[in-house]
Amino acid sequence: MGAFKVFRSLVVDSLDTITKGSKKYHLWMGFLILVMLIGMYCYSIQLEEGLSATGMSDRVSWGLYISNFTFLVGVAAAAVMLVMPTYVLKDIDFKQAVLIGEGLAVAALIMCLAFVVADMGGPSVLWHMIPGIGVFNFPNSMLTWDVIVLNGYLFINISIPFYILFKHYQNKEAKKSVYVPGAIISVFWAVGIHLVTAFLYQGLQARPFWNNALLGPRFLASAFAAGPALIILVLAVIRSFTAFKIEDKTIKKIAMIVTVAAQINLIMLVSELFKEFYAPTHHSESAYYLFFGLHGKNALLPWIWTAIPLNVLATVILTFNKFRNNLKVLYFCCFMLFVAIWIEKGFGLIVPGFIPGPYGKIVEYLPTGVEIGVTIGIWAMGAFIFTILAKTAIGIELGELRYKDKKA
Amino acid sequence: MSDNKKWFSLDLGLNNKKESSGSCGCGKSEGSCNSSPKEEELSADEFYEAAINASIGEERHRDGFEQVFDVKMDRRSAFKKLTASLLIGAGAVTTSCSVTTGSDTKEKAQIGWEEQFKGNYKLMTDEEKQGTINRLMRSYELRTDKKINMTAENAAEDVLFGYAFNISKCQGYMNCVSACVEENNQDRNSEMQYIRIHEMKDGEGFKFDKADDNYYHEVPAEGHFYMGTQCFHCDNPPCVEVCPVQATWKEEDGLVVIDYDWCVGCRYCMAACPYDGRRFNWSKPEVPENEVNKNQHYLGNRMRKKGVMEKCTFCVQRTRKGKNPACVEACPTGARIFGNLLDPNSTIRWVLENKKVFRLKEDLGTEPKFWYFMD
Ligand code: SF4
Ligand code: SF4
Repeated sequence: MGAFKVFRSLVVDSLDTITKGSKKYHLWMGFLILVMLIGMYCYSIQLEEGLSATGMSDRVSWGLYISNFTFLVGVAAAAVMLVMPTYVLKDIDFKQAVLIGEGLAVAALIMCLAFVVADMGGPSVLWHMIPGIGVFNFPNSMLTWDVIVLNGYLFINISIPFYILFKHYQNKEAKKSVYVPGAIISVFWAVGIHLVTAFLYQGLQARPFWNNALLGPRFLASAFAAGPALIILVLAVIRSFTAFKIEDKTIKKIAMIVTVAAQINLIMLVSELFKEFYAPTHHSESAYYLFFGLHGKNALLPWIWTAIPLNVLATVILTFNKFRNNLKVLYFCCFMLFVAIWIEKGFGLIVPGFIPGPYGKIVEYLPTGVEIGVTIGIWAMGAFIFTILAKTAIGIELGELRYKDKKA
Repeated sequence: MSDNKKWFSLDLGLNNKKESSGSCGCGKSEGSCNSSPKEEELSADEFYEAAINASIGEERHRDGFEQVFDVKMDRRSAFKKLTASLLIGAGAVTTSCSVTTGSDTKEKAQIGWEEQFKGNYKLMTDEEKQGTINRLMRSYELRTDKKINMTAENAAEDVLFGYAFNISKCQGYMNCVSACVEENNQDRNSEMQYIRIHEMKDGEGFKFDKADDNYYHEVPAEGHFYMGTQCFHCDNPPCVEVCPVQATWKEEDGLVVIDYDWCVGCRYCMAACPYDGRRFNWSKPEVPENEVNKNQHYLGNRMRKKGVMEKCTFCVQRTRKGKNPACVEACPTGARIFGNLLDPNSTIRWVLENKKVFRLKEDLGTEPKFWYFMD
């Protein structure tokens, strides 16, 4: 009963914090709400007309939604790169960052689920996928695995920070014996969501571009670069807008993670390119399409040729300690890396899988306005959720938000 | 397990006891084909049974609203609960919320609810199957005042359908394509077609990437040959494996079918099909009322809705009644041959035994039941 009272007070208090703030904060939230409304309007058009409102077709049957889904799974998994050192290796530096990281994971996961739902042809019969009520094609379909791991990961990433914040809220220490096992599980789980999502594509013999053993590992490497890169950027923003103290040391440690992951990612990219272009086979056509265009069709060229130089440049700059330790340069590199991997792991991975089609037919894909509207709306929703979570967490951590027992 | 397979299976060299798979497994085994079809069928049944149990196990008995909600629970209240929790904002309650009374409206709403919450066709009993097709027929009547005839005929015993395509004969007339569109009530707006005819240049061999599958000129064009593709009804279909809700599966007579009402429209199966066999309803499919083929099968040509997958079913509504698919009937050149692979006297068996047949992308291990050959 007591816990429930505390919880209610927490909800009331956090509602109070998230509705109060500086002018900039209100502008930011108002802007996000506006974008979300636009996104919802676009989605209503899509519901009305069907998926023909998007740029997808029988030939390219997954597009922007699934691309973003794939990328965001990576962002979600990245939180764990901070969790492990903090909770398990007792590296105090990361403690501040980790709550933010986990908040980011929750927001990213909710966005993932939203993208999957947006991509469904029949959202009203989604209950067919609920185990027990519907028919869950487990273990045959990798999509069911993905549903399980994503929801499990969401649960873990909500419950650990919630437990810690809940304790701190009451001015109590969080018990290590409770959250450390959870943290350890989440480490393995994060690798799991990644591999499973990669297997979703990797397991399709029909699509040689995806059906390649490196896909899973490369997912991991690129995610562990892009995710922490985003966390660095978010920390930078939080540092300058709130009283929340994040030391340079913390950011520099995360930068180290980003660098190593980006380097590994680059090595794998080279290996992939070598395989596709040294002895090209029929199966290399998708890669040719992606990098050079096929038969005059080259819609993806501007994208991939933005991504690759950004990726290489950022990785090279980060490799030098001198540059990496300069925060301005670091932020810039993180931004480049984030954009590069978003293109590469999103568009650059999903769309070429369908081009050329099973019989060599090349039909290009361009997202429509409605599709872009929904996508941006979902991103705004993610940012909105994250802001709320972060604001509450920061409030508690700074001691502004505390449970006041009326009787005491 | 592979012993129980009715037809080809991927030979990885692990199964030394098995005879190497020739074009026909029966031809070589001392006429065993005539003497043991019963036994074979029985074991195939067992295999099917075991496969179902292995893949869905318990769920088979619990699936669908009837099984999930205990029999004691009133069906109506179960619907209400489900509706309240699941349908808010889903826009599917439209009819049921209607204020207008009138028994027709009510009946429509009733049917709408029952249809929304029915189980997966694959797991239905025969009565449940009959129930849903009755509802669908009645609903069509209520909407249009016209009657349709829908069946839920199950696969017959000792039948495994297969298809052969004579490349030398095909002239690219595309009669099969239009017959298929008419027979299967495909969306006229998006010009959906299950069959694609690829026009290829003589002397270049099978260059699919250079072929034209969307031509509008007079055929046969000088210096070209033609080849048709559609869903090949693979014996080891990757599209079935990946479906998260088992909305698509292989029937006992080898047809790979889709329950349009169970499909959630994720399009994973489309990505998994190596043969471009599947089509998606990107918008609401439309067929002019006077062109609707009213002889329908639940798994075949009944009307689809937007956001679901569909594909060639080898015209299940015709073939389970002993007729040929529409494409076979429509082809003026006789390039298309269809029949029962388990019947040693069928034409298709004759083709497989006497012609040099091949299949597309055999390396993928999908085991299509669709062969090509030349005169
Ligand atoms: S051809 Fe494609 S859709 Fe048809 S059974 Fe094979 S994999 Fe499935
Ligand atoms: S689109 Fe439908 S049939 Fe295909 S995998 Fe998804 S739910 Fe199954």
